Amino acid sequence: MQPLILENVHITLEGNPLLGIDTTIAPGEVLTVMGPSGVGKSTLLAYIAGFLSPAFSARGRIWLGEHELTRLPAEARRVGLLFQDSLLFPHLSVGGNLAFGMTADGSRRKRQQRVEAVLKEIGLEGFASRDPATLSGGQRSRVALMRVLLSEPRAMLLDEPFSQLDTALRDEMRQLVFQRVKQENLPTLMVTHDAADAEAAGGRVIELAI
Amino acid sequence: MPSSYALGVRLAPWLAITLLSLPVAGGLAGVIAPAFGFLPALGGNTLTLAHWQTLLNRPGLGQMIQLSYVTGLVSAAVSLAIVVLFLGAFMHTRLFSAVRRLLSPLLAVPHAAAAIGLAFLLAPSGLFSRALSPGVTGWQHPPDILFPGDPFGLAMIAGLVLKEVPFLLLMSLAALPQCQASERLRMARALGYGPLSAFLKVVLPGLYPLLRLPIYAVIAFASSTVDVALILGPTTPPPLAVAVLRWLNDPNLSMRFMASAGALLQLGVTLAALASWWLIEFLVRRLARDWLMNGRRHNGDAFLGGIALGAVSLSLLLIMGSLVGLMLWSLAAYWPFPEALPQPLTLRNWMGAAGRLGDPLIQAATIGIVATLLSSILVVGALEAETLHERPTRPWAQLILYLPLLVPSVAFLFGLVLIQVQIGAPPGIAAVILGHAVFVLPYVFLSLAESYRRLDPRWTYLARSLGASPAQVFWRVRLPMLSVPLLTAAAVGFAVSIGQYLPTLLLGAGRVSTITTEAVSLAGGGDRRLTAVYALLQLAMPALGFALALGLPRLVFRRRSGLLTSA
Amino acid sequence: MLRSSFFRLFVPLFALLTISASLQAQGLDDWASIEAEAKGQTVYWNAWGGDSNTNDYIAWVSQQLQSRFDIDVVHVKLGDTAEAVSRVVAEKAAGNSEDGAVDLIWINGENFAAMKKNGLLYGPWAEQLPNFALTAPGDNPEMRNDFTLPVEGLEAPWGKAQLTFYYDSDRVESPPRGMQALLDWTQDNPGRFTYPLVPDFLGSTFLKQALLGLVENTKPLYEPVSEANFERVTAPLWEYLDSLHPHLWREGKSFPSSGSALRQLMGDGELSLAFTFNPLEPAAAVANYQLPPTIRSYVLDGGTLGNVHFVAIPFNASHKAGALVLANFLLSPEAQAHKQDIQVWGDATVLAMDALNEKQQQAFAALPDNPATLPLGALQRTLPEPHPSWMERLERAWLSRYGSR
Repeated sequence: MQPLILENVHITLEGNPLLGIDTTIAPGEVLTVMGPSGVGKSTLLAYIAGFLSPAFSARGRIWLGEHELTRLPAEARRVGLLFQDSLLFPHLSVGGNLAFGMTADGSRRKRQQRVEAVLKEIGLEGFASRDPATLSGGQRSRVALMRVLLSEPRAMLLDEPFSQLDTALRDEMRQLVFQRVKQENLPTLMVTHDAADAEAAGGRVIELAI
Repeated sequence: MPSSYALGVRLAPWLAITLLSLPVAGGLAGVIAPAFGFLPALGGNTLTLAHWQTLLNRPGLGQMIQLSYVTGLVSAAVSLAIVVLFLGAFMHTRLFSAVRRLLSPLLAVPHAAAAIGLAFLLAPSGLFSRALSPGVTGWQHPPDILFPGDPFGLAMIAGLVLKEVPFLLLMSLAALPQCQASERLRMARALGYGPLSAFLKVVLPGLYPLLRLPIYAVIAFASSTVDVALILGPTTPPPLAVAVLRWLNDPNLSMRFMASAGALLQLGVTLAALASWWLIEFLVRRLARDWLMNGRRHNGDAFLGGIALGAVSLSLLLIMGSLVGLMLWSLAAYWPFPEALPQPLTLRNWMGAAGRLGDPLIQAATIGIVATLLSSILVVGALEAETLHERPTRPWAQLILYLPLLVPSVAFLFGLVLIQVQIGAPPGIAAVILGHAVFVLPYVFLSLAESYRRLDPRWTYLARSLGASPAQVFWRVRLPMLSVPLLTAAAVGFAVSIGQYLPTLLLGAGRVSTITTEAVSLAGGGDRRLTAVYALLQLAMPALGFALALGLPRLVFRRRSGLLTSA
Repeated sequence: MLRSSFFRLFVPLFALLTISASLQAQGLDDWASIEAEAKGQTVYWNAWGGDSNTNDYIAWVSQQLQSRFDIDVVHVKLGDTAEAVSRVVAEKAAGNSEDGAVDLIWINGENFAAMKKNGLLYGPWAEQLPNFALTAPGDNPEMRNDFTLPVEGLEAPWGKAQLTFYYDSDRVESPPRGMQALLDWTQDNPGRFTYPLVPDFLGSTFLKQALLGLVENTKPLYEPVSEANFERVTAPLWEYLDSLHPHLWREGKSFPSSGSALRQLMGDGELSLAFTFNPLEPAAAVANYQLPPTIRSYVLDGGTLGNVHFVAIPFNASHKAGALVLANFLLSPEAQAHKQDIQVWGDATVLAMDALNEKQQQAFAALPDNPATLPLGALQRTLPEPHPSWMERLERAWLSRYGSR
């Protein structure tokens, strides 16, 4: 895995500077960006992932090791996203959601086996044909995480990933997420306003202020 | 696939704009020339104001104008008042969700069918009077009362309100989430405001700007309606649009010049009604400023709520009663007054019509489906372009979207036929489909836009980050997730197409006969039994469309409950 | 003023077009070759579609033409005949002089006058139809005159109309038999009679009927109207209507839109006396459950207006041969007898019984009947239509007097 490099990134909203950041996130490291809402945390993630809204303008470059992402379309960046809602596609089954991000190669059966294996891994064996609307909150979060990982990302962006979960579930999910990104050795950027998230991530913390 | 997607997204907005503005602009140009004396085929080679003079000397012109103008403003005001009071008094109640479910089917009732049903119900020999006679009223023969067709146009206004309330309610439902109605309402209620006062003081100021264009469309339609006026309106004189149509059809061909001037005058009357509304809007905003902040928590909430409930139940009752009336007439043999029920009931009218129904039904369905498909593709393409560029449709484009709804169709359809002939386009089903699309497209757009724009952009981000290209996101995520609102919008479009009379008749050179052209020409012929059969079928087709739109996703996605509730 | 400028503009155009039209009309004497040419054609017949009986009859005609002549007849159902006239005008405006959308129009009176005046008609052709002789035009001048306007072979007769009154014998004992009697009757029976809204055809016809019944000297009515004498000639009519209107249905503040709407009001029991232009319509409507079985028909004592309705071919019709074959079939004894059947349509024939052979006459004699049918012989008292210019002038005057309360 390669490090995720944010080289002199500056974001402005209609001419007003919003935030600036210049850092390198090593493989397996979780960098936490904290700050009150409105400071542009999510905008930063959007810029890295390739969806900056036309209202904003940004300069600076994004690298994955030697590989520059700045001009690539979003789908070619291979940067995984996790939001506070699990956002499982309602028109697809649980299995369909997992398969959505998988690369198209490999036979149909192989892909199916892969999906089954992943479901078993997160304790949802036999859930492939289930309607996502019938899952509990925790189950949904786990499926969402595995969906990102199955798309084989080379970096992870977490946008307040645990804020919708209740306290008990939150600890469990934190553990699972951080364990998995470390296991996959992914450079990870998390934005949050919850200090406990930062603590659990155990990495560097950057505080943004307005 | 991706390249056709990119091309489609690039072209769709422009094609939509062309489809909407070209016929209207061209059609208007086609009447402007003859209005000032230029129509070489009829020997008009010089520019003159003489035809305007003839028009202005027309007996009763003042009353025609007044009737159109007043009808436009009053029916819009009454419809809006009912909708606002009802929303204010009953939002977040069970009654509200029940009415909401009835909305789309009500919207599907074509104007002509609703008007025919209402006339069957309220005429002196109608169902209502029969039910009370001779027992309560002592009438052996129908009383001689001028309604419908009263000189003030009240029956016509009632018929229009009946149709516009569902339309405005549907538009409001789309707009409410956009102005954070629920949040605002909860906050005001927490501050001690009564439900209706809270709605009027904190939600309406945010809601109204979003309803402005639909209301303008209502004013434009009501001030220039032909079919409703023919069935429920006064005759001495009729509203201006009806008179213009008569002049256009006058055997004396020199009347075409004056008719063209009349068509332009109709445009002027509609614009005047719109301008008046705009002025009233301004005054109300001025006057209400203090009222908004006077801190009174209750403003006769219960009383006004009662009125709203009464008005909405009355509308529902009238529509249901009209339906019953249509059904009874379609099953009647000779049905003398004051018998409340036809005896014996017979299927003769249906059987007699059965042999002739196939063609008009198939034609109507074909035109409706193709026009809706075409409109839906263009609308989705335009909305997709909007989403892709994360830029809302510009105000001028929004106005063009409303153009066919704001410009009275009598004002541009005749000109359009002249152009059609001039460019040698053969009259027939293709021309009719394009003509329908001009009216279908705006409604499809209005029905779909909110759902499309409200779809959380994070779905796109997520899918893109999982490796899907923009085209794949469209085909595999956005389209299936929006299938429910998309089908509903298509059903609205289909209903609009089924209701079209003038464009079918004019652009098809009369060769294209649909269930609606048959129904209206029969309504003129006065055989109430057969008219009822056709009106019911005219009503059944869009109802079937809505049933499909609501049922199909429930079948296909029966195991995807998240899709059905979220959308 | 309007009229004179109209003439100035149109007469030269008309002259030009009649020349080119008569050039095309050659070869009408070779009927077999016309039938051969017509084979396989699709004829667009533009005819008012507001009456289901009429529509059914036209559907029957269409079947017959398909099986006998291999001609596909499409009934273009119009709300108003003027729609077809508009279409031909628009086509002419666009320089389309060969493949027009309209092949045959059901027409008479004002619409015919307008099309003839503007050179929008093909012909002359009507008198060359093999069946035209069966109308015995020598004895029946109305076959060659449409509202006093010479037909000149530009349209072929199809059916006959005469203003016929009908009433509900349950509610009316002795119906009024003249214009003055009608006024007295409405005073005794307020709200039970009315006439269709002018300028509806039947409404305007009522005006002309009233005028003919009220004036001493009817001669000026058969010449073009002149502004000089209009006021004087029509004064009795306005006086009459002023006293009639307060006793009409809805006190004359509203009028039904057409003759069919009038019939519907009779069916609803709102009216007990009405009239129609089709002498057999009341009987057909009784057979069809639209009117009570107690309906009876009659004609005013001094006679009533009658006219003939025709079919015409536009100058630019695409399928003239097919239209000619269709027009000829419409004049055949078989088609005419079927049309007169009250269970089919009930439209009176234009054929002269003397011109038919015995078997053909038998077909008419065997038609069904009911008590609502007009007694035989009543149709003899036909008053000819005034000059068409009166219609438009009367309509204008009516509209300015009563068109806006």
